[in-house]
Amino acid sequence: MTTTAPENLVYDRPEGFTDTPTHYCPGCTHGVAHRLVAEVLEEMGVLDKTIGVAPVGCAVFAYNYFDTDFVEAPHGRAPAMATGIKRVLPDRIVFTYQGDGDLASIGMGEIVHAAARGENLTVIFINNANYGMTGGQMAPTTLPGMKTTSSPNGRDVETQGYPIRMAEMLSTLDGAGYVVRRSLHDPKNIRLAKKAIRLAFETQARGLGFSMVELLSTCPTNWGMTPVNSLKFVEEHMVPAFPLGDYKVAAGIAQIKI
Amino acid sequence: MTRELWKGNEAIAEASVRAGLEAYFGYPITPQTEVLEYLSRRMPELGRTFVQAESELGAINMVYGAACTGVRVMSSSSSPGVSLMMEGISYIAGTEIPAVLINVMRGGPGLGNIAPSQGDYNQAVRGGGHGDYQPIVLAPASVQEAIDLTVLSFDLAERYRSICMVILDGSVGQMMEPAQMPEMQPVQRKDWEWATNAKMGKRERRVLTSIYLDPIQEEKLNLRLIQRWKQIQANEVRYKEYFLDDAEFVIVGFGTAGRVALSAVRTARQRGIKVGLLRPITVSPFPHEVIDQLAGRVEAFLVTEMNSGQMLEDVRLAVKGRVPVEFYGRMGGVVPFTEEILHEIERITTSKLSLDENPRDAWFERMMSSR
Ligand SMILES: Cc1ncc(C[n+]2csc(CCOP(=O)(O)OP(=O)(O)O)c2C)c(N)n1
Ligand code: SF4
Ligand SMILES: [Mg+2]
Repeated sequence: MTTTAPENLVYDRPEGFTDTPTHYCPGCTHGVAHRLVAEVLEEMGVLDKTIGVAPVGCAVFAYNYFDTDFVEAPHGRAPAMATGIKRVLPDRIVFTYQGDGDLASIGMGEIVHAAARGENLTVIFINNANYGMTGGQMAPTTLPGMKTTSSPNGRDVETQGYPIRMAEMLSTLDGAGYVVRRSLHDPKNIRLAKKAIRLAFETQARGLGFSMVELLSTCPTNWGMTPVNSLKFVEEHMVPAFPLGDYKVAAGIAQIKI
Repeated sequence: MTRELWKGNEAIAEASVRAGLEAYFGYPITPQTEVLEYLSRRMPELGRTFVQAESELGAINMVYGAACTGVRVMSSSSSPGVSLMMEGISYIAGTEIPAVLINVMRGGPGLGNIAPSQGDYNQAVRGGGHGDYQPIVLAPASVQEAIDLTVLSFDLAERYRSICMVILDGSVGQMMEPAQMPEMQPVQRKDWEWATNAKMGKRERRVLTSIYLDPIQEEKLNLRLIQRWKQIQANEVRYKEYFLDDAEFVIVGFGTAGRVALSAVRTARQRGIKVGLLRPITVSPFPHEVIDQLAGRVEAFLVTEMNSGQMLEDVRLAVKGRVPVEFYGRMGGVVPFTEEILHEIERITTSKLSLDENPRDAWFERMMSSR
């Protein structure tokens, strides 16, 4: 008689996902960020009362992947749309998912004022240092000297300005409850990112104000790198320019046990 | 119910509250600011949502978000602010959801001035934003009508899942008139079959978006919007007729221009001139049919507007060259006097009018030679 060891399931599709496979390029960390959000919403048991707001950018089709209600915002306007939703349905969980062109360039006004008003919503901010969807143009987060299709000789700070550090900037606002930066370049950092995403949604669930998790991410396609090299690029070049850390953790949030 | 003295802008604000407005998002701009100020006090008092947005871009996208949940939502602004809202208006149209927008128009283009104008007619009735869509546009000429049309705009927006705009000029917004408010309607959260208000254990998930990557699907949306527009055209055309029964000449004017024209028509009637007035209340859908019928039996039309002849083109489309269409307009925030319209009535009833002349060109020449 043969005996088989009981199956040990170590990896499965989170309930927070639909059955639709994502359209992201191989090695792109948008998929990782999606999975973390889906896991957190599932673990908190809030899928049923969550409404997501998708951006314009590579994540425009985020609404196909999460098993929650979703709306799709004009470029940069997700925080304003989310404000409209959350103000009339304050008991729902409302989050935006935005890229760096979306949030830090065209949508700068909307994000700053949502944070300043202390809108009780959660922002997942994907910083991949370029405009992924439109083919890799310079973003406000593009590193000095970094080549993109609209800074072909490398970003020249004299004429094209300096990168914007959103987490630091928003943390100065009194309305911000929880504002941190994490990275998705290795398993340890991914685990830390998930914890931060959980804390951001817990901040909202407790009505403690605006929460944002900035996630340093890859865009292997437009960076012209292999997935592995793009992860290395994040670690070696992006982390020094965009230091990881907790920029704002309002009183009451640090004590949250998860 | 009794009539009370109301200022136009505040009357609109209170009327929207009584129509069950659950959320208002706006940004200050003259001559509309009283709507925002009134609601900043009134909405919180009733436990409803009021947000002063960071810009009109922010305001219209807050409206967009709240509208997705199915509640009654509104913003108000004036010309430059409405221009900034065009992005959001196009998205709302493409998502097929209801929302109400008040435009208290001012002189333009550009920053212009804060005086009364009808210069945004084309922007409003043609859609203004990108893509193929047509909003419902209502044009009140008095404080009472501003109240009634504000209430109606919420019903129309919901019935047709459409943007409904109320356009008035600063003089209606600022004037005080006795008017009657409707009864307070209770706030009703209708659970629309399309609203993204979260699953809440009751249903499958929903998505609201204006993207149709597949052109065939986008064209299906375009066709659906036209289909809905046909229903709106069939059911919702509204206008007011004055002295038309035996009229040989017809003035067409909306809002304040129509109001000024009415007093000119009254004086002309006292002088025995057989002139009447058609005042469109829905400028979109436009009352083509009644103008079409009138064109079969009157001698000429005179279009009066506080712009350079924007509605004029719609009137000409309906008249189809059968009788002369003349034009008189003031621009830049200038409101025509009754005497000016009266003078125009005398001109068209006593001179020989041409069918071939472009009425806008002829008006322009008269304007230039009179200064
Ligand atoms: C008003 C407007 N301007 C420009 C665009 C074109 N556009 C689409 S996506 C995009 C950039 C998105 O970049 P980002 O937000 O960084 O997202 P990513 O694709 O990198 O995740 C731009 C400029 C648009 N859709 N709308
Ligand atoms: S273009 Fe870049 S950001 Fe977009 S899916 Fe591909 S790798 Fe990801
Ligand atoms: Mg990007």
